[in-house]
Amino acid sequence: MILTALNRKLVRDLLGMKGQVLAIALVMASGIATFILSAATLDSLEGTMNAYYDAHRFADVFARLKRAPRSVAERLGEIPGVSEAATRVVVDVNLDVEGLAEPGSGRLISVPEHREPRVNGFYLRAGRFIEPGRRGEVLVNEAFAKAHGLHPGDTVRAIINGRRDTLRIVGIALSPEYVYQIRPGDILPDDKRFGVFWMSERELAPAYDMEGAFNDVSLVLMPGANEAEVIRRLDDLLAPYGGLGAFGRADHPSHQFVLNELRELRGMTVIAPTIFLLVAAFLLNVVLTRLITTQREQIAALKAFGYSNGQVGRHYLLMVLVIAVIGAALGTGLGAWMGRGLAEMYTRFFHFPILEFSLHPRVVVLAVGISVGSGVLGTLSAVRTAGRLPPAEAMRPEPPADFRPTILERLGLQRLVSPAARTILRELERRPIKAAISVFGIAMAAAILVVGSFMKDAIDCVLELQFGRAQRQALTVTLNEPGHGRALREMEHLSGVLAAEPFRAIPARLRSGHRHRLVAVTALREDAQLFRIMDLNGRVIAPEGDGLYLSAKLGELLGVRAGDRVTMEVLEGERPVAEIEVARLIDDFAGLSAYMRLGAAHRLMREEGRVSGAYLAVDQAQISRLYTDLKNRPAVAGVAIKTATIESFNAIIAENLLRIRLSNIIFATIIAFGVVYNSARISLAERSRELATLRVIGFTRGEVSAILLGELAVLTLLAVPLGLALGYTLSAAVILSVDTELFRIPLVVDRSTYGFAAVVVFVAALISGLIVRRRIDHLDLIEVLKSRA
Amino acid sequence: MATTTSPVSSPDEHRICVFQARGITKVYHVGEVDVHALRGVDLDLFEGEFLVLLGPSGSGKSTLLNILGGLDVPTSGTVRYQDHDLTRYDEAALTRYRREHVGFVFQFYNLIPSLTARENVALVTDISRDPMDPVEALRLVGLGERLDHFPSQLSGGEQQRVAIARAVAKRPQVLLCDEPTGALDVHTGIVVLEAIERVNRELGTATAVITHNAVIASIADRVVSLSDGRIASERRNESKMPARRLEW
Repeated sequence: MILTALNRKLVRDLLGMKGQVLAIALVMASGIATFILSAATLDSLEGTMNAYYDAHRFADVFARLKRAPRSVAERLGEIPGVSEAATRVVVDVNLDVEGLAEPGSGRLISVPEHREPRVNGFYLRAGRFIEPGRRGEVLVNEAFAKAHGLHPGDTVRAIINGRRDTLRIVGIALSPEYVYQIRPGDILPDDKRFGVFWMSERELAPAYDMEGAFNDVSLVLMPGANEAEVIRRLDDLLAPYGGLGAFGRADHPSHQFVLNELRELRGMTVIAPTIFLLVAAFLLNVVLTRLITTQREQIAALKAFGYSNGQVGRHYLLMVLVIAVIGAALGTGLGAWMGRGLAEMYTRFFHFPILEFSLHPRVVVLAVGISVGSGVLGTLSAVRTAGRLPPAEAMRPEPPADFRPTILERLGLQRLVSPAARTILRELERRPIKAAISVFGIAMAAAILVVGSFMKDAIDCVLELQFGRAQRQALTVTLNEPGHGRALREMEHLSGVLAAEPFRAIPARLRSGHRHRLVAVTALREDAQLFRIMDLNGRVIAPEGDGLYLSAKLGELLGVRAGDRVTMEVLEGERPVAEIEVARLIDDFAGLSAYMRLGAAHRLMREEGRVSGAYLAVDQAQISRLYTDLKNRPAVAGVAIKTATIESFNAIIAENLLRIRLSNIIFATIIAFGVVYNSARISLAERSRELATLRVIGFTRGEVSAILLGELAVLTLLAVPLGLALGYTLSAAVILSVDTELFRIPLVVDRSTYGFAAVVVFVAALISGLIVRRRIDHLDLIEVLKSRA
Repeated sequence: MATTTSPVSSPDEHRICVFQARGITKVYHVGEVDVHALRGVDLDLFEGEFLVLLGPSGSGKSTLLNILGGLDVPTSGTVRYQDHDLTRYDEAALTRYRREHVGFVFQFYNLIPSLTARENVALVTDISRDPMDPVEALRLVGLGERLDHFPSQLSGGEQQRVAIARAVAKRPQVLLCDEPTGALDVHTGIVVLEAIERVNRELGTATAVITHNAVIASIADRVVSLSDGRIASERRNESKMPARRLEW
């Protein structure tokens, strides 16, 4: 930029209103920061994920089955579209880890010795591969190793097919199958109580009578292969061997969670920056319009000397560009800094070998473009006004503003309000659009606070419903194989168990027309007290009759409503297929659940009294003994502990929510401050002459301030309720965006959240008011009156 | 009262006419009222001439000056600048005309408060084809010592002299001054008039000064009085009085 006299004016004008420039640049920076944060994190996460999947050959189609001979494996590769098929033995075991009172769950996966498997490979972080012929050698996944401080050379005890065995850790690994590592059926990771182990096939298979056989299939597809058709053929092929239903990558639990996160980030790149940049554009518009009014005579002089309309317009546009670039620069720095923090946070959720935050220049260019674009859009009309201002007209002072009596006065109610209040009302009524925009800006700040905080209310509500009222059991014990009533009675009689309630989990494919979904149908006793079906409103639903009770989301995915019929293809035992009525859809908060009455399940399965496990209420005083008992029971495949789930929830989600909330508070404060401060400064600039005149004729500083700040107070008072309502609406929009197969969140906003949002906005307004008040106190009366308006 | 008087008297016939305005009218629409600012004015301005336009407030003198300077366009009538018809100029051409030929001085100086004296002058020299050095222009008005002062650090007279330096720095053919001493006391007003006088004399710039102060008329070559949008009278000063001898 050549430093012409006009550009010097630009620099000095900007310096002269640096408070306002900074306030606007900060609002812009907030928008750009959230954009950079989400766009760059999205880039990083997606890039890392794809590279990781490619490098370690993450499969496209997955299936589990009971047992199939190796001869079947060859036929897998013959399915059209399959480029590579891999079979394994995968078993879930009980773990006994030092320092962990309760039993943990382990998943043992068979691998070839000496090398990484060709499909679903792993990244070896430390140690070495398993060596042939060495008994008990395993690789362990990094998250579990970290949670327990395990290193190569350490050991873990597991109950392998009823026998206590020692697993010797030789290496620490990460796998694309467990980027998000959760126990089957859980929705939150619990790295302490769930570990994945890779073990030599030669050692694992015999222990489970799987020599020359497999119970897990992964397929890599050729490019352009028809996945649905491959899944159909795979299901047909595996059905005689107890196939539990094949599914594609999109339904893979780990991948599904990563995708869910990517989707949320993608949403974030649009919603939050849009709000911030709208507010910034509005502020720029207000400030520039005011500046141009103030500089009417300067503009006239410039034109009188021969500056063209374009030159004058560009001069003001350049001002906007400078602010936008400052905002973009601040925002990019802030966004990159926050992005690094977010990437670090993700490494606690998502286990990648490396997750590096990378800021692609394309994202930065886009951010600058967005910020400049929004700035220019916001100020185009003001700039055009400056360009078009006829010089001879601009030479004359601005005509006195056109005031009218307000509605109140026209109604003859003027005696009810003081002259100061009347001035405020007339000012607001004279320029309703300006007032409305200010109100909207302040309201946005309140709305952002509500949106940023309500998630905690909603999740608290879910926790209370889910763990306080719906799931009242302390432990959920799952058996290796569905067992008879005896197993339940045994559990009831373990010391420390106060009550036990059976459940039957039936793997099944629900089908309606061409839509289908793999689920585990949970069958419960109709009088169940420990584990109750409950909707988001806290209504308890007792299963009756023979019908299915489905998550509303599952109903939506299958396209069925209460009263419709679905085909239930059971994937276990004799694999019965039945047409079953949907008794009811339940608005629940997570996963795709299906429930039925235990008696109905037994009839469907043509079995008597079999259970998959039990919910236990326990005496906490005897819990450690109970844990030891459970650890040593070969029939027990897993124990889920409710308090552990809540703990893990609090450790991860609660902390993240707190961070998000904090950044929202900062951003909302910036917006509230930006809007209120700018409105106040502009009113002061516009009315300094009027206010000085009032001071000259004897008004006190307090009285004069009251007129100006009263206007702001009225705007803020109008804005806050609107903002709270807007926040509620935006929260509803957010809820729609997280309405996925994995999570649904109820629209719950506590009064304390509204209160908090209102208080933050009021405080921000108050501080801006005080800053402006100081300026009113220092108003130079003589100077203001001497110069022309 | 005659609507027009013969504008050209014999001694001017051999001189080059800078401006030739004929039948100028200007009507403003203010709200629902039509204001007739000019009601048919004929006026000439010659090269190197010092013209004073006298008249009370509302007589139309500022409107006339704005039209001559290309800041405004007449409702009817023609204005010729040298060989050009200003009334046919579009916005861009008027801008070019102002940039290349006209220097303006306003009653309220209209300096850019964020720029120093030197920079205010540079504002004009930046966009002119053959400007003076801003320092030279400021020396011409006696402000060689206050180059880097901001308007707020200058007295009213000094600010007005910066405005004059700014107007003449581009070496304009005409200098148009709208009440240049209107906001000043006698002493500083005289200093400002001396500066204008000096520019007119040394650079030969045709100069038109608007004022409602009849005393100032004695420093002009010619005095035109405006009243109610018309030229009321016109006279030629046989001997010009130097500005420093003025008193009011």
